[in-house]
Amino acid sequence: MPWIDACSTSDIDAEDLIRFDHGAQTFAIYHGIDGKFYATSGKCTHEDVHLCDGLVMDYVVECPKHNGQFDYRTGEAKRLPACVNLRTFPVKVEGDRVFLEV
Amino acid sequence: MGKRDYSPFGPDAKRAVESGLTAAEWYHSDVPRKVMKELMTRSDAPAIRDTLLLYGLMLAFAAAGIALWPSWWSAPFWLAYGVLYGSASDSRWHECSHGTAFRTPWMNDAVYQIASFMIMRNSATWRWSHARHHSETYFIGRDPEIAIMRPAELAKLILNFAGILDVLKFFPNLVQNALSGPTAAERTFVPEAEWPKVQRVAQVHLAIYVATAVLAIYAHSILPLMVIGLPRLYGAWHHVMTGLLQHGGLADNVIDHRLNSRTVYMNPISRFIYWNMNYHVEHHMFPMVPYHALPRLHEIIKADLPRPNASIAEGFAEMWPAIKRQLVHEDYFLKRDLPPTAKPYREDFHQYVPGAMPAAE
Repeated sequence: MPWIDACSTSDIDAEDLIRFDHGAQTFAIYHGIDGKFYATSGKCTHEDVHLCDGLVMDYVVECPKHNGQFDYRTGEAKRLPACVNLRTFPVKVEGDRVFLEV
Repeated sequence: MGKRDYSPFGPDAKRAVESGLTAAEWYHSDVPRKVMKELMTRSDAPAIRDTLLLYGLMLAFAAAGIALWPSWWSAPFWLAYGVLYGSASDSRWHECSHGTAFRTPWMNDAVYQIASFMIMRNSATWRWSHARHHSETYFIGRDPEIAIMRPAELAKLILNFAGILDVLKFFPNLVQNALSGPTAAERTFVPEAEWPKVQRVAQVHLAIYVATAVLAIYAHSILPLMVIGLPRLYGAWHHVMTGLLQHGGLADNVIDHRLNSRTVYMNPISRFIYWNMNYHVEHHMFPMVPYHALPRLHEIIKADLPRPNASIAEGFAEMWPAIKRQLVHEDYFLKRDLPPTAKPYREDFHQYVPGAMPAAE
């Protein structure tokens, strides 16, 4: 799978996320409280809502529409109405660039 | 648009999906990301303070009511207890269903379960109905929480100030849920994996009501029911009063919350009971903002919103004539002026449903 140059490390505040679109796909890229970067599919599995406007708390992202929660490291659905896990994607950082394997 | 059909299985529900209405994106006022992050920040402190105050007051009022029972001197205490039981539980149920009241999840869940019992809602079912209410606010046939249908049945609205219709609907539903899980209508929005939970919750609630009724019969007194159950009737008026204002007389089948929701400035007591849900446009636009941050959110986006009603009375003075007019003209709705600083209403969204209603002058 190709690695895609997604953003700069400075584009995402600590404990926050941004939206990244590539082709027809949309992703959410996170800057965790551990300083590492993570990536998941960009929309909530409950309904078709972008997670980029949601809230990151520790290792949890909360959907802005219905407050479903996911662990963005594993994609695990942690709170209803989210029942289906998010897909996660490998991330690597080279210099100040964040790459996604999609 | 003609006669509305509010059934989840009716033509309006089908049309809302086919027309793209249910998939369309809602309008949001612009709020910088950093500001929104600050507003969304969770905290336990405000909700712990308010919850201790709420339960403390309930205990005190109930104790005074019991001590003075059966004298009429107990009545004021029951009225106060009733409003906290039968109305404040509505806002606690609501805010905790969003998971925003507390930062700590178990605190949200605990208060949510207690409030669900008091307000007579199945905690497993209503979590899903409320999710739908937010996705598809006042989409005919799709939103299961439409409080005022068109044309409104005024007698029913008025009866419900004493919770009568809610309770009459609740108990047969409770028994059915306890025996066989969700009803056919509930199964349209509750995922199948949650159906056993709906049944378990109903069985627990039913057991508590049966135990309370048995105690009342054994004691030859309605006193146990004054504490559990009846306050949902004699204390419902406040949550019905504030609840009707949320969307009453406004547009349906639109995807701009400024058109279908109402913000009303309220007195501090009502805001405590209602947990700031008087900022209802703000809440629907940004449901992840906790109740205690809604006044700040209001200040930030109010230039993009219709002028809030100045009081509950002013809200009713605006809403009630519109509801009455809808008795004859079902397509009528209040379209409030936006300030010059606001972005215009996104009228194109009205076209998602063929034959959408014309705006009122």
